[in-house]
Amino acid sequence: MGVTAGRYGDCAVRCVVDDLASAHRLHRLLLDSSLPGVVNVVPAWRTVVVTVTEPRFVDDVRAFASAADLASAATSDSLLHVLRVVYDGPDLAEVAALAGVAVDEVVARHSAPDYVVAFLGFAPGFPYLAGLDASLATPRLATPRQRVPAGSVGIAGSVTGIYPADSPGGWRIIGRVDDVLFDVHRTPPALLAPGDTVRFLPA
Amino acid sequence: MTGLRVVRAGPRTTVQDAGRHGYAHLGVPAAGVADSASAATANAAVGNLPDAAVLESTLGGDLLEADADLVVAVVGAGPIRVERLRTGEQLRVGRADGAYLYVAVAGGIAVDPVLGSRSTDSLSGLGPPVLRTGAVVPIGPADMSDPRDRLEEGGSDNPVMEVWPGPHLGLLRQGLYDDLLAHVWTVTPAADRVALRLSGPELSPGVDGIDSEGLVPGAIQVPPDGQPVLFLANHPPTGGYPVAAVVAHEALPRAAQSRPGARLRFAAAQPRD
Repeated sequence: MGVTAGRYGDCAVRCVVDDLASAHRLHRLLLDSSLPGVVNVVPAWRTVVVTVTEPRFVDDVRAFASAADLASAATSDSLLHVLRVVYDGPDLAEVAALAGVAVDEVVARHSAPDYVVAFLGFAPGFPYLAGLDASLATPRLATPRQRVPAGSVGIAGSVTGIYPADSPGGWRIIGRVDDVLFDVHRTPPALLAPGDTVRFLPA
Repeated sequence: MTGLRVVRAGPRTTVQDAGRHGYAHLGVPAAGVADSASAATANAAVGNLPDAAVLESTLGGDLLEADADLVVAVVGAGPIRVERLRTGEQLRVGRADGAYLYVAVAGGIAVDPVLGSRSTDSLSGLGPPVLRTGAVVPIGPADMSDPRDRLEEGGSDNPVMEVWPGPHLGLLRQGLYDDLLAHVWTVTPAADRVALRLSGPELSPGVDGIDSEGLVPGAIQVPPDGQPVLFLANHPPTGGYPVAAVVAHEALPRAAQSRPGARLRFAAAQPRD
């Protein structure tokens, strides 16, 4: 389990790791370090990108990441979230048709797994969830909707996610949750964090 | 309360500071000033720390009025201006030389921070609202330093920007990086604080997308249509298209100040040791 940490421009370091769990461990280690000049640490599927304020801070970040002992990262902070979902989304029938199964079966297959929050991106609090049943993988809409309501649960490719706020969007919407995924007045502001587990409970 | 009144707002004027740091892993863009060099110059001119919140005026043209005695600097519209305004005095901000001009006030713009920053995030909507006509922004207490009136005008008009190779060249068509450096690129009207959308020869990336990963300011992405996208301060935290090059830190202010119609070229950055 290694980390390859390369320069990304002159104010960032791009770390490549073996898998998602390693990305979460490296993310944890970087967040807990007191490296100077760090702006943001963004984990994704197999990478962690660290941005710094000035070029002089890059070398220390690179050295830290290259030498990181991923096995030592604390993982006990991950939370389990159980979210009630009303499965009545406008694309539910289409997803069922493309999968060749009944709508009830889509609900069963979508709500069965324990999903891992791979990372957050696209919008504040928007989770990309890993673990979607392969039979439910569906391409994005050819033309995105002007408005997807907050709380919408969607599928894009082999990933499922939740829109925290009203926004334009191209994911296939199959249901909705009431939970507030992002609130600036909360600490931390996002309900979900990379590495957390999400379970969907049909309402 | 000490305030600065927007008697007439320019096309798009927002409050910006160094940005909202530490929340990108929760999907929150950093935002912040598009041209950090000009903003720092404006702050220095009034005795503020470089990261104090300022007004960022897109294209300029605002009319401002002091609600109290204020020291104000304007950078990015001709020579640097530093003015002492008495209560009720107005300041007509000229047209920006580039895309943005900056107005700093001694004491800093003191709107309430959101998640540690006073920046308006044009992508997610977080932070203070865009300043409309009639808005009054609070000003923080100024310290006793005198404004500096001997300041170097920073930046150059050189349209050639240094870039570093991007991390996804191995996935992109062979020769794409050379093509990016060989051609002249025109800034399209779709440019904003999030990114410059450039038009020029179709680059034929050869790949439709990549697994999403963290983006950086200055990243030049090549989507399937082969037209480069150069991300600026308000870039999204993650992106799903390959990055062919990254603009050097020193050149980013110049990139941000490029207006629609500007013609840009990129050159390979030389390592300095």
